[in-house]
Amino acid sequence: MIAHADTIPKQRHPLIAFILRWLLTTNHKEIGTLYLCLAFLLFFIGGAMAMVVRLELFQPGLQFTQPDFYNQMVTLHGLIMVFGAVMPAFVGLANWLVPLMIGAPDMALPRLNNFSFWILPFAFILLLSSMFMEGGAPNFGWTFYAPLSTTYGPPSTDYFILGVHLMGVSSVLGAINVMVTILNMRAPGMTLFRMPLFVWTWLITAFLLIMAMPVLAGAVTMMLTDRHFGTSFFEAAGGGDPVLFQHVFWFFGHPEVYIMILPGFGIASQIIPTFARKKLFGYHSMVYATVAIALLSFIVWGHHMFTSGMPLAAELFFMYATMLIAVPTGVKVFNWVATLWRGSITFETPMLFALGFVIMFTIGGFSGLMLALVPADFQYHDTFFVVAHFHYVLYPGAIFGTMAAVYYWLPKWSGRMYDERLGKIHFWTATIAVNLTFFPMHFSGLAGMPRRVVDYSIAFADFNIVSSIGAGLLGLTQILFLYIIVKALTSGEKVTDAQVWEGAEGLEWTLPSPAPLHSFHTPPEIEPDEAHAATDKA
Amino acid sequence: MSKRSNSPGRQFALLSLLAVGMFGFAFALVPLYEIFCEITGLNGRTSGEAASVAQIAEISDREVTIQFTAQVFRGMPWEFRPTENQMRVRVGEVNTTEYYARNRASGMVTGQAVPSVSPGHAAQYLHKVECFCFTQQHLEGDAEIDMPVQFYVDPDLPEDIGTLSLSYTMYRVPDAEVVVPEAAASMPADHEGHYQP
Ligand SMILES: [Cu+2]
Repeated sequence: MIAHADTIPKQRHPLIAFILRWLLTTNHKEIGTLYLCLAFLLFFIGGAMAMVVRLELFQPGLQFTQPDFYNQMVTLHGLIMVFGAVMPAFVGLANWLVPLMIGAPDMALPRLNNFSFWILPFAFILLLSSMFMEGGAPNFGWTFYAPLSTTYGPPSTDYFILGVHLMGVSSVLGAINVMVTILNMRAPGMTLFRMPLFVWTWLITAFLLIMAMPVLAGAVTMMLTDRHFGTSFFEAAGGGDPVLFQHVFWFFGHPEVYIMILPGFGIASQIIPTFARKKLFGYHSMVYATVAIALLSFIVWGHHMFTSGMPLAAELFFMYATMLIAVPTGVKVFNWVATLWRGSITFETPMLFALGFVIMFTIGGFSGLMLALVPADFQYHDTFFVVAHFHYVLYPGAIFGTMAAVYYWLPKWSGRMYDERLGKIHFWTATIAVNLTFFPMHFSGLAGMPRRVVDYSIAFADFNIVSSIGAGLLGLTQILFLYIIVKALTSGEKVTDAQVWEGAEGLEWTLPSPAPLHSFHTPPEIEPDEAHAATDKA
Repeated sequence: MSKRSNSPGRQFALLSLLAVGMFGFAFALVPLYEIFCEITGLNGRTSGEAASVAQIAEISDREVTIQFTAQVFRGMPWEFRPTENQMRVRVGEVNTTEYYARNRASGMVTGQAVPSVSPGHAAQYLHKVECFCFTQQHLEGDAEIDMPVQFYVDPDLPEDIGTLSLSYTMYRVPDAEVVVPEAAASMPADHEGHYQP
């Protein structure tokens, strides 16, 4: 039986009623909240692991951890941040915002939505429980290359495999739901090319998820049969090839990095026009650039494997294809800057995070271009330069993007305003901390410091002290963020205005604040827009 | 505008099918990768079929160095090494070298050698006329053997390659997959050097 939140009999014990309400909810706003809360919890767990790593790297030599435990921390940090923090946070935002933005009463498949969410806690209990098992948690890095994960993986690897299967099922079902919602539930008049960019980027992200996550599931299935059922997909002794694992993994892995950034693009494209008080520059080119990035992401996976012994022709192909992605990405950055041009800009917290996103993500994009160069990559491969690169795209990209979204839409979700002064303090300390933590990694990497190693040469000591101090500060900013949200929800100033932000446009800002549990039961009227109407006919 | 006749249920089914298809695609990558390696010589995979001497066009004056290496995979109790470390050969000329193996265990152990050539894209130019890697090798306890490899370098070898290394990894064949010794001599290994069941 699926109980609707409103239909649970009143005479139940309040605690049971509370649990059932959240366990059985099919409301897109409540499920969105669940996703965001789970993501935030796992963000703290994954962040605590990063603190262990940075504490150990504060000085050369072994201080706090043994190498095996250090490897477990590095592995779990990566897995939890990717699959537990960033992806569920984006699905949570999609749940909250997609129906509001397209004028739909709910997601197209609400029960599936509930199921997609409730798989996740079990997936992460499986993954995290491996820490307490004999032989310890997975210790082979988040990329779990064979044979490290097949022949040499700890027994808990099987829990990891099952956990990844569950996460995969959850994200594929979630993605299908978002896609079906966007294709079917739009209010009359909401044509595809009138959808807000957040909806567009999520539509494309959903496509990437449906294409990429099953390949990851295939990879871990092959691992499982290699480990227990006598197959030799990745086992050279049986005629298999460990390098095949890298191909399968990165065929998933590169689209995955766009799964973690495209919704961030969408968020920036919502926020920047609001606070620049201008229409987004180049709406259509934004959509086409996103589609181009998504398609290209399937033909560039080899750039992770330049040093694995590839034919020259393949290296050149992957190098040029990767560099080609800079073109649509450049279009997007250009459009954001052009939107700001001659706008009447104000710098509220969401805007600060969105601008930090654009600037620092671009820096991360540049180091990505450096890594795309085959001859240079042979030097950078497996050094801290790579760590610097992907943290620069992920932290200011996915995390700043999510935080910008939370600050921007929190008044709409909760009907209460966050503390603007604290928000600004949060932004500036986080920006300083991100740069303190990750910028020196470029230098230690270029100087040759290998990643995923517990100890390092004394020559890299200074860079690592700075990184570790920055990481500690970055950890503190998360507590500040949590405090700001709790304060806003409990004692924040009440928001009465539906629009909340002076320059905000879109259907979600036509609803009262806080947004009622059930909205758009009658589809909203969408006023004809001259500019859009003209392009729709074309 | 999307077609409203396309019901959510139908779209859900189609998209699920796409997801299942991509799951299958992950497995399809296995044979695709093998074919790709076969064509390009990626990872130094050599052809497992015996080349015939008649294929040689002519012996040229160009000389290249062939280096020989060997390793034993974990769990294999053999000593296994080349009898000579390198050889200077003329392109197109058929040469022979030998690998030495000794079974350090007391009972019979069957081994299968898998060859690899580097640089990888040169693999297709090193032809083996005869090789101990074409079949399983059986050694009684404490027995030793010299195993020949007869090979020639293709005259089409690109000019920039002056040195090739031929490496063998010796794997222990699980008892269940050992080919009966009497029949082994006439039974070729399949094209990847897999042992035949
Ligand atoms: Cu990539």
